[in-house]
Amino acid sequence: MATTALDQQRGHATAGHAEPTGLWSWLTTVDHKRIGILYGATAFFFFLVGGLEAILLRLQLGSANNTFLSPELYNQLFTMHGTTMIFLAIMPLSAMFFNFMIPLQIGARDVAFPRLNAFSYWVFLLGGLFLNSSFLFGAAPNQGWYGYANLTSRQYSPGMNVDFWMLGLQILGVASLAAAVNFFVTILNMRAPGMKMMRMPMFTWMSFITQILLLLAFPVITVALILLMFDRFFGTHFFVPSGGGDPLLWQHLFWIFGHPEVYILVLPAFGIVSEILPVFSRKPLFGYAAMVFSGAFIAFLGFGVWSHHMFTTGMGPIADTFFALSTMLIAVPTGVKIFNWMGTIWGGSIQYRTPIYFALGFIAMFIIGGLSGVMHSSPPADLQQNDTYFVVAHFHYVLFGGSIFALTGGAYYWWPKMFGRMLNEGLGKVHFWLMLIGFNVTFFPMHILGLNGMPRRVYTYPEGLGFETLNQIETAGSLILGFSFLVFLVNIVLTWRGPRNAPADPWNGATLEWAIPSPPQEWNFAEIPTVHGRDPLWEMKREHGGQVPEPARVSGQGIHLPNPSYWPLVSAIGLMVLMVGLMAASLVGPWGVVAGLSVLFIGVFNWAFEPAG
Amino acid sequence: MADHAHALEHGLETSTGLDNRKLAIWTFIGSECLFFASLISNFLVHKRTWPSGPGPFPHDAWVSPSGQHFEPIIEIPLVTLGTALLLFSSLFVVLALANAQRGNRKGLLLWLGLTLLCGFFFVGMQVYEFSHFVHKGLTLKSNLYGASFFTLTGFHGTHVTLGVIWLLTLWIEAFRGKIPPAKSLNLEIAALYWHFVDVVWIVIFPVVYLIQ
Repeated sequence: MATTALDQQRGHATAGHAEPTGLWSWLTTVDHKRIGILYGATAFFFFLVGGLEAILLRLQLGSANNTFLSPELYNQLFTMHGTTMIFLAIMPLSAMFFNFMIPLQIGARDVAFPRLNAFSYWVFLLGGLFLNSSFLFGAAPNQGWYGYANLTSRQYSPGMNVDFWMLGLQILGVASLAAAVNFFVTILNMRAPGMKMMRMPMFTWMSFITQILLLLAFPVITVALILLMFDRFFGTHFFVPSGGGDPLLWQHLFWIFGHPEVYILVLPAFGIVSEILPVFSRKPLFGYAAMVFSGAFIAFLGFGVWSHHMFTTGMGPIADTFFALSTMLIAVPTGVKIFNWMGTIWGGSIQYRTPIYFALGFIAMFIIGGLSGVMHSSPPADLQQNDTYFVVAHFHYVLFGGSIFALTGGAYYWWPKMFGRMLNEGLGKVHFWLMLIGFNVTFFPMHILGLNGMPRRVYTYPEGLGFETLNQIETAGSLILGFSFLVFLVNIVLTWRGPRNAPADPWNGATLEWAIPSPPQEWNFAEIPTVHGRDPLWEMKREHGGQVPEPARVSGQGIHLPNPSYWPLVSAIGLMVLMVGLMAASLVGPWGVVAGLSVLFIGVFNWAFEPAG
Repeated sequence: MADHAHALEHGLETSTGLDNRKLAIWTFIGSECLFFASLISNFLVHKRTWPSGPGPFPHDAWVSPSGQHFEPIIEIPLVTLGTALLLFSSLFVVLALANAQRGNRKGLLLWLGLTLLCGFFFVGMQVYEFSHFVHKGLTLKSNLYGASFFTLTGFHGTHVTLGVIWLLTLWIEAFRGKIPPAKSLNLEIAALYWHFVDVVWIVIFPVVYLIQ
């Protein structure tokens, strides 16, 4: 019966257990570690693209009345810079660590739904390519990453620019939602024996809260994008005032998604920093429970602050007061976190290795970004700062100074585990200092420029307003920042040529991912561990008198692994063809949509009837 | 229970004791609540946007600024019948599941078949209603009432249609004898989705059809 078929599959899968190689094995992989690496490589590529866009923007702004970029190209570049960094860089870089680290941290052999995981990645990859293919048509999105109505209406954006943006985001939303369901279930259901919720590593905890945010925020942007699509493709007037629609409805829907999205970007970073600081301070995380609950509280409040993005729309004193107070309240749990991080390193025996440099840099930069955030939580102050470079400075301090610093620190921290190689410490520290200096030189002067009234999103500025010098300095800073990532690339290439030299536990780690070989074998844990506390590996080491023997690589005989599958890729391609078909409906009629739906159905049906292994 | 034993046997016991797929469908349903909440809010925002374009309104006769006269178009009896059948289908799918768990294939086919008939009727009713409305001059484009009505009920109808396809697939599987009690969870998951789609309609029905 079914059981016999299953046993045959198992026997087949466990026969050899040689790590499969080649392109086909990557296209059909359902291994969370490989999918994590795919996420990381793709997201880092998009991060470099988004960074290049930023440098082009800075070159344009380096001098007054510059004509390096046309206004039209400038609009496309700043829109794509924001969209790329949020949806194609920071979110998937976090997803890289979700994929690679969550199963290892909770002691699982894979995620709950390995094929759904592959589907998420392929949809993300194709969505990213779809969005960026707009450049080939000279029609990259040009209305800003927030896509405010009326900029997005047919009347004001007749071209394909907005179509690429709204359909691209819709595709990426599918990827995020599928991944969120997967990781939510994985974290709740796949924990090793003894890994209670309140024993989970902080990165897993913050990732868990992030999945809840994704599950609750993305449906709202999905609906907003559907309404926009109906406006643009089917002639409705949801956001078109001439037809009775209300452009402000878009802003509400967008920011009900958009503000939780901010915490989707930064909570994983909080988690990474909470992993790095204890390990390099040789002390358990200070205030574990307070860290968990402050994270949850931030996420909860994150759904009640969206209108602080809309103070200038004139919502009236009651709404303004409510959203100002709820926004200020978020500083409290965030402050709890910052004090707990300081409590963690306080009195610790700090090991000055590259990851903790980035973690400490994160705390310092994030505090600056947090403080300017509290400043414009006050509506009168916000009325002055809205739409100026002050806001640009603020969100770069939280997203670059916050998320990117933590993610880069996470890359240095987990690199040995992911690839079995130690990154060069010297180059790592050069990277850190160049990044810290370049970052502050680029973004700190924006506070001053903003308060002096320089507006954002405008391709140039006239002479004689006193904007020239600071802009020049910022452009120089952006080049230093770009250069710092070249150092990172050199570090990667150099260490890649070297041998696999990383031990299982190079940093004296506390969590389960350091208990297995680097890089982990396909099945992660030869034997599923039993957990007795919050720092399982430290406890194991204590029991063994300070050290545990290097874990051996085993043959994996008899370990059950899921089968590879290409149906997730086929389904993702179907979704993609559907979106291209929608876009090309004026040229090819309904056939593109029909073809996409057919491929999608074939993919999903075969997936459903394929034995999972 | 059998599935639980199956999981234990393969060392796949979960931390919560709840099957992964069951937890996943509940998670998905939680997320879908926000999807329909957004669509329903959009409808509530727009349902009284009268002067937004020429076209009929649900409960009242209306003369547009350009002098066109429109009769109210909603047909409550027909939709009430559809609603009742959709509600009964929730009962039928529960009975189908009970039969699947007991290994009674005939009962499973009967009750699942009745569920499907209700689903087909509901989708058919919506197709009729949509074409009737378009015929009377209410389209996506005519005004914001039409736009938000068709988007809300249309996306609900899409969910019902997907549910019908899902349950039909399971009916064919059951007919081929491929849903033994050990695999009744396959039906239970589809049934959870089906119940959710029903519950959403219980909100949509009064909001769209009954409350003026």
